[in-house]
Amino acid sequence: MRLASSWDWEPGQRVVLESTKCSEEHEWQEEFYASPDGERLACVVRLSDFESGVWVNGEVWESRFDRVWYPRFGPDNRLTVLAQAEMDWTVATEDAAWEDSYTYVWGTRFSEDGAHVAVSVQQDGAYGMIVDGKIWDTLYENANNFTLSPDGSRSAAAVQAIPMGQAEVAKFKAGVFTVAVDGQAWDKIVMNAWTPVFSKDARKVAAQIRLTHFDYAIAVDGGLWPDTYQMVWEPVFNPANGQLAAPVKAGGAWGVAIDGLMAWKPRFFQCWQPVFSRNGQRLAAIVAPEYGEFTVAIDGQPWSWTYPVIDQVVLSDDGSCAAARAKDNDEKWTIIKDGKPWERTYDMVFSPAISPDGAFAAAKVEKKGQHRIAVNGHELETVFDQAWDPVFNPEGDKILVRGLSQGKFLRAVVPVEQYRY
Amino acid sequence: MSIPGIRDRKIEDVGLQAGVDRLTEDQIQKTIKKVLKGETGAKLKLYAETCMRCGLCAEGCHYYMSHDKDPSYAPVSKVRQTMWEILRHNGKVSPEFIYGCAQIAYTECNMCKRCAHYCPLGIDIGYIISVVRRICHKLGVVPLYIQDTAHSHSATMNQMWVKDDEWPDALQWQEDEARDEIPNLRIPLEVEGADIFYSVIGPEPKFRTQLIYQAAVLMNETGQSWTMPATPGWDNSDMAMYTGDYEVMGRIKRAHFDTAMRLKVKRIVMGECGHAFRSIYDMGNRWLGWKMHPVRVMHAIEFYHELLEKGQLKIAKTFDTPVTLHDPCNIIRGRGLMDQAREVVKAFCPNFVEMTPNREHNYCCCAGGGVINCGPPFKNVRVEGNKVKAEQLIRTGVPVVIAPCHNCHGGLEDIIHAYKTGQELKFLIDIIYECMEKPDAVE
Amino acid sequence: MNAAYEFVVGPLAWIAGAIFVLGSIYRLVSMYALAVKKDYSSLPYMDLKYSLRSIIHWLNPFGTAGWKASPWTAAVTFIFHICLIITPLFLLGHAVLLETFHGIEWPTISDGLADGLTMLVIAGCIFFIIRRATVDKLKYITSGMDWFVIFLVLATFLTGFAAYHQWLNYQFILILHILAGEAMLASIPFTRLSHMIFWVFIRGYMGSEFGKVRHAKDW
Repeated sequence: MRLASSWDWEPGQRVVLESTKCSEEHEWQEEFYASPDGERLACVVRLSDFESGVWVNGEVWESRFDRVWYPRFGPDNRLTVLAQAEMDWTVATEDAAWEDSYTYVWGTRFSEDGAHVAVSVQQDGAYGMIVDGKIWDTLYENANNFTLSPDGSRSAAAVQAIPMGQAEVAKFKAGVFTVAVDGQAWDKIVMNAWTPVFSKDARKVAAQIRLTHFDYAIAVDGGLWPDTYQMVWEPVFNPANGQLAAPVKAGGAWGVAIDGLMAWKPRFFQCWQPVFSRNGQRLAAIVAPEYGEFTVAIDGQPWSWTYPVIDQVVLSDDGSCAAARAKDNDEKWTIIKDGKPWERTYDMVFSPAISPDGAFAAAKVEKKGQHRIAVNGHELETVFDQAWDPVFNPEGDKILVRGLSQGKFLRAVVPVEQYRY
Repeated sequence: MSIPGIRDRKIEDVGLQAGVDRLTEDQIQKTIKKVLKGETGAKLKLYAETCMRCGLCAEGCHYYMSHDKDPSYAPVSKVRQTMWEILRHNGKVSPEFIYGCAQIAYTECNMCKRCAHYCPLGIDIGYIISVVRRICHKLGVVPLYIQDTAHSHSATMNQMWVKDDEWPDALQWQEDEARDEIPNLRIPLEVEGADIFYSVIGPEPKFRTQLIYQAAVLMNETGQSWTMPATPGWDNSDMAMYTGDYEVMGRIKRAHFDTAMRLKVKRIVMGECGHAFRSIYDMGNRWLGWKMHPVRVMHAIEFYHELLEKGQLKIAKTFDTPVTLHDPCNIIRGRGLMDQAREVVKAFCPNFVEMTPNREHNYCCCAGGGVINCGPPFKNVRVEGNKVKAEQLIRTGVPVVIAPCHNCHGGLEDIIHAYKTGQELKFLIDIIYECMEKPDAVE
Repeated sequence: MNAAYEFVVGPLAWIAGAIFVLGSIYRLVSMYALAVKKDYSSLPYMDLKYSLRSIIHWLNPFGTAGWKASPWTAAVTFIFHICLIITPLFLLGHAVLLETFHGIEWPTISDGLADGLTMLVIAGCIFFIIRRATVDKLKYITSGMDWFVIFLVLATFLTGFAAYHQWLNYQFILILHILAGEAMLASIPFTRLSHMIFWVFIRGYMGSEFGKVRHAKDW
C-alpha cells in the first residue's frame, strides 16, 4: 500500500482505454487483469494456433510463446507471466524473459515492493524455487507450500528431503519432509511440514509440523516449540517484534499460542487465519465460539455477531479496527466490520480492504453478475461488468476503483469521507 | 475375548502387522480410553446400551447376504466383535484383538449405512465402525495402502502423490487434447470470481484424465463460467476420513474450501465421486466446525440435472443400448439424488432398466468406505463379500451399468470381472459426452 | 403374607416408581448434557419434522426395509410392545389399586381382553426367547443382559397371568408378580430396557440426519 503514494490520486474518473479493442484485434482473448495502480490492463491472447502473446494496454509483447498463463501484476505494476517455448518453461516480466528455461514453473510470487519475483520450479523431476532467475542450488524429490519473504530476499518451501518409494509407510512415519530455506533443508526431518512463513526481516522461518500421526508442533528455524498439540494451523510472525503466533488445539479446543506459550486459552471450536496488525499491537483470527458459528476475535475476544462462514480478516495499521467477509445461511455475503455487518448482502463479496486508520472498509461486491464497489456498506454508483478489488491511498481518505464498463477500462479515485460511520 | 469370526479369516497386511507388533495392552487401553472419553459421547453410549441385539440389521448388509448369512458378517456382529468388546473390557484388549478390529472396520464394512434402513432403533452402525477406525488410527494399526494414501493427502493435499506442477500440467495437456475437437475450449485456471470451481479426485489427473477432458467439454459447450485452481486444494477426495485421521481430513477439507473461497466462486461442482461428496458435505465440514459446507457443493448428477433443466445441455442423440443405474451410497443415501440421477439417465438412455433393490436400498459396491483403498491384500474380501451385487447386476439383463461414483466403478469392475457378468461400466459423463450437442466441435 | 403384600404395594411400589421416574429423568438429562458437550457436531441437526417423519414410518410394521425383511419378527414385535404397554396401564386390577390408594379414576379394559393381551405378551416372550436361542445371527450377539430383560418381562406377565387365574398360592404369586413388575419398572432407566425412554431420540436423530442433511429416507 505504501507503494501507492506515487500513484495518481487526483479525484475523478477517467477512461484508461477501450478494452473492446483487444477482442476486436484478437480472436482469442483470455480474462483481463488490471495493474494495482489502475493504469494498465493485460490479458493473454492467442496469435495463431501455435503462438500466444501478452496484450498490455493495446500493445502485444514482442516476445511470443507456445503457451502463456498466469499473467499477474506485481505490487509495482510490472507484469509477469509464465511462458512456454520449445517445450520448456520460463518467466517473463515486462516482455523480458529469464535467461534460463525449466521443465515447469508455476506459482508466481512477488516481494512486497514487487522488485523480486519468485516461482516454484520442477527441473528434470526435481523441485525447488527460483528467485529473480536464480534457481536453488539443491532441488528436492518433491516440494510444496512455497513462500517468499516479504522483502524478497529469501525463499522457502516444505520439501521431501529423503527419497521414498511406493507405499513406504514406515519410512514416511519416520520422516522424509522438512523445510528448505533458500534450498537448504533443515536438519530436523519430520513426517509433515506445512506453510513455512518468514518473519518480516526474513531472518526467521516458522512452519507447522506433524511429528507423529497425532502430535503436531510449531517449528522455528528447525527447532521445535516445547509443547506438542492435537493440531495446529498456520503460524504468523508479529511484524513489530518477531514473536510467533499460531492457532493450536489442546484438550479438544482451539486457542492461540505465542512463542510456545498459550496466549488465547483454548476454548474455541475453531481458530484460524491469524493476522497481526502492522504495528504488531493486535492479533486477530477467525474463531468459532460455538459449533457452526464463526466470528473474528481480536486479542482473544470474539465479536458477538456470528456467521456460518467468516473469511479474510483485515486489520487497520494499529489493529483497532478489523473487517472480514461473512456469509449467511441464505448463501449471501456481506462485510462485517468491527463486530457489525453491513446492512446489505450480496451474491459475492470479494477481498475486503481496510483504510490504514480503520475508519473505512471497502470491497468489490457482486449482484446478479454485476460488480460494484462498496465502502462502509454504501455502494458507489458505477456498475461494472468486471471490477477489481478497491485500494486505499496511504492517507486512507480515498479509494482507487478499477473496472470494465461498457467496453471501457475505467479508473476512478473516490474520496470516502462521506461514508464515515 | 476371541470369538469365531474375524479370527478365523485373518489376512496378512504389512501395515496392520507392523502396527500391532509395537503395541502393549496398557498402551491400547490408554489410547482407547482417551478416544472414548475425548471424542465420543451420548451417541456411542446410547447405541451400545439400547441396541436390542435383535439382528434385524443383518439383512441390510451385503457382506452378510453374500456369505450365505454367516452371522459374523452382520452389522451388529461387527460391532459385537469390536466396540462392544472394547467397552466391556474398558479398552483393555490385546494387540491381536486390535488387528481383528482393524480388519473388520477397514475391510468388512463400507460404512454405506444401508443397515440404517433395517434398524428399528435407528442405530448408526457406520458411526460405530468409524469410531473403531479412529481408535485403530490412533493405535497406528491401519492397512498399508490406505495409510499410504492418507500420507499422500497430508503431504500433497491430494490422494495420489500428485506433485504441485503435475496438476496444472495435466490440465493444460487436457486442454490441448480437447482443442483438437473443440478449438475454442479452455480449462480456465485460477479465474477469481468464476461461478463454478470444478473439483475432482486425485486419480483423475493421474489415470482418468478423460474425465477432466469430458467435463471441460461439458463446461465449455454449455457455456459455464468456471475455473479450476492451479494450486493444491483442487482434490476433493479424502481417505484420511476413512483411516480415522480426522486431523488430516480437516486439513485437506480446509485446503479445498479455502481454495474455493480464495477463488470467490459461488459453488463447487464436483465430478462423479461419492466418498469425496461425503467428506465435503457431511464429515470434513463438521470436523472443522462448519455446520454445512461453507461453499455450496454440488455433485455432478445435480449439476447435469440443472443443465438439462435450464436447457443448457442439449441432447444430440440417445444412447440406445439398455442401461441400468447403480445408486452410490454417498450421494443417494447421503444426499438424495436418486430422482435427479434417473432423470438424467432417462434423458439420454431410452432403454433404462431398474436394478432391484434400488435407490436408498441399493446394495453397496463394496469398494467404498476406503475398502478398495486397502489394496490388493483385501481384494477378495470385497469381491467375495459382494456376491449379491453380482446377482443383482445379472438380474437386470442389460449390457451397460452406469455408476456415477469412482469407488463404485473400482468395486463394480472387479465384481463384473470376477462373476463374469459381462457388463460394461460407464460414468454418466461418458454417456453425456457421447450424446450431447457440441456446437463448437469440429469434425 | 399380608405385611409382605402391604410392603410391596406400598413403600416398594413408591420406591420402584421413584426409581423409574427419577431415574428416567436423570438418564435423559445427563444424556442430553453429555450430548451437548461431546456430540456437538450431531445435536444441532436434530429436527422435529424429520424426527417425526422417521418415527411415524417405523411405527408402521410394513413400512420399512427392516420390518419387511423380517415380517414375522416385525409382527410379533409390534403385538408384543402394544400389549406390553396397554395391559399393565389399563388392567382393572391396577386401576383398582390406583383408586384405592390415591382415589384416581382410571380407564380400564375388560379382564377378558387383558387376559388375552397378557397371553400375547407371554407368547411374544417365548418367540423372542426361541429366536434368540436358535437363530445363528442372534446367538452370535446375545449376552446376559438380553436374557435378563426378556425373562424379567416374561416373569412379570407370567406371574400376573397366574395370579389372575389364581393358580398355586394366589397371594404368593401376586406378591411375586408385583415384585417382578416393580423390578421391571425400576430396571427401565438402567438396563437395555432404557430403549423405552431413548428410542424416540435415537430414531429422531437418525431421521433428522437422513431427512434434513441427506434428503433421503431412513426406512
